[in-house]
Amino acid sequence: MADEYFTEDHEYIRVEGDTGIVGITNHAQDQLGDVVFVEVPEVGRTVAKGDAAAVVESVKAASDIYAPVAGEVTEVNGEIEANPAMVNEDAEGAAWFFKLKIADKADLSALMDRKAYDAFVAENT
Amino acid sequence: MSAGSPQSTSAAALERTALYDRHVALGAKMVPFAGYEMPVQYNLGVLKEHLWTRDSAGLFDVSHMGLAYLRAEDGSHETVARALETLVPADILNLAPGRQRYSQLTTDDGGIIDDLMVSRSAEHGSEGSLFLVVNAGRKAVDYAHILSRLPDGVHLSPTEDFVLMALQGPRAAEVLSGLDPAAAEMKFMAVTPLAILGNTVPASRSGYTGEVGYELAVPASCAVAVWNVLVADDRVEPIGLGARDSLRLEAGLCLYGHDIDETTSPVEAGLTWSIQKRRRAEGGFPGAARIQAELADGPARKRVGIKPDGRAPAREGAEIRAPGGEAIGMLTSGGFGPTIGGPVAMGYVATEHAGAGTPVELIVRDKPMPAHVVDMPFAPHRYAR
Repeated sequence: MADEYFTEDHEYIRVEGDTGIVGITNHAQDQLGDVVFVEVPEVGRTVAKGDAAAVVESVKAASDIYAPVAGEVTEVNGEIEANPAMVNEDAEGAAWFFKLKIADKADLSALMDRKAYDAFVAENT
Repeated sequence: MSAGSPQSTSAAALERTALYDRHVALGAKMVPFAGYEMPVQYNLGVLKEHLWTRDSAGLFDVSHMGLAYLRAEDGSHETVARALETLVPADILNLAPGRQRYSQLTTDDGGIIDDLMVSRSAEHGSEGSLFLVVNAGRKAVDYAHILSRLPDGVHLSPTEDFVLMALQGPRAAEVLSGLDPAAAEMKFMAVTPLAILGNTVPASRSGYTGEVGYELAVPASCAVAVWNVLVADDRVEPIGLGARDSLRLEAGLCLYGHDIDETTSPVEAGLTWSIQKRRRAEGGFPGAARIQAELADGPARKRVGIKPDGRAPAREGAEIRAPGGEAIGMLTSGGFGPTIGGPVAMGYVATEHAGAGTPVELIVRDKPMPAHVVDMPFAPHRYAR
């Protein structure tokens, strides 16, 4: 199983080698409701930890998606731009937002693992 | 991820409507709204609830709204109508029995304290009485304002005797006709009592979605029973505040506190159709000087529909600019229109930019986004006239 980490802002980053795959959690999409618009970053953009890197809008509100760690955007998911509803259907699978070449994997240690995230969600709902 | 739009939060105790337990049982997500715990969506979700209402029939709990009688002691329509006409710019004197009219409580400066529906019953014994429906969040302000201005012999009586529900959508008429065939005979803005499950239910053919629909003042004693019968119908789904907002936005209808408030006049807001000819000429309502001047010379700004060219929704508060140029206004509502299948918005722009087809830019996340001024409604109204 790939290493997965989570932020308190409900992003996940799934780590495969030096690459991190970033999206929003299933809990996040459930809270957002029907997703109607997605904006992904430009490939090649360098982001710092906590930078607003992408946008997700539901019928209710617009939300920024922050980079969980620093790195360079290497790939974006054009499919979810064309079909934003995918985010509701498969947030933690096919509906990832962007891939990142992680600048320093040590940054991951500041994030939560699945168990800690689940507890965080339980505490905050 | 963080929500960019502020959620309304209130430390004050929230009220519950008589249908609260039904909403919870139906899986509603309850949120604070105008002092009430209200369903923002049910299990279908906002998008599907919106589309269901346009395709079939949606049932809304709107019992948080304020209901009140305005009554003349002498039992004369003229007395009560003349009293209300000192507060609103609509022609109430010529409001026929069995009819409803949309109007606004205006400020002395010609702004809007609230918008409201005014009904005149055709029933024997209701002479000299009008029925008002005002916004939940403005009840206290409205009632205080009305009371401060009423002449002797005319009384305002807020009532909690009814639970207001709305049934909206192309199949609303056939659904309601199954309970009382008289429902099918009602024309747009008609008011008549229906007999539903053996109860007398004052009904109007009106709503806030742009669809054929009804608003039902269901006696509190049978409210849960009527709700349950309607919601059990396969053609009907319960609809929350989320879809109510996107439905009214697509229909080009104003939301108080957003598209209209104490700074916007009915003329600027494009509500001149609700000021009948006699009142335009005679005046005699608060703010008549400004409103009549704007009717004669045109307002400096106008509420318009705005359609973003791209797919990104633009929200309330976004600045509107002339392409590459100066600020010309601000969005007052904006979001995704499920029936349109794209973003829709409305806002105020300087009149020279208000013509349909005018290109504008909306500032979204600090970037200009191309858009055009368009005619409203976005989704065509389907009222039965």
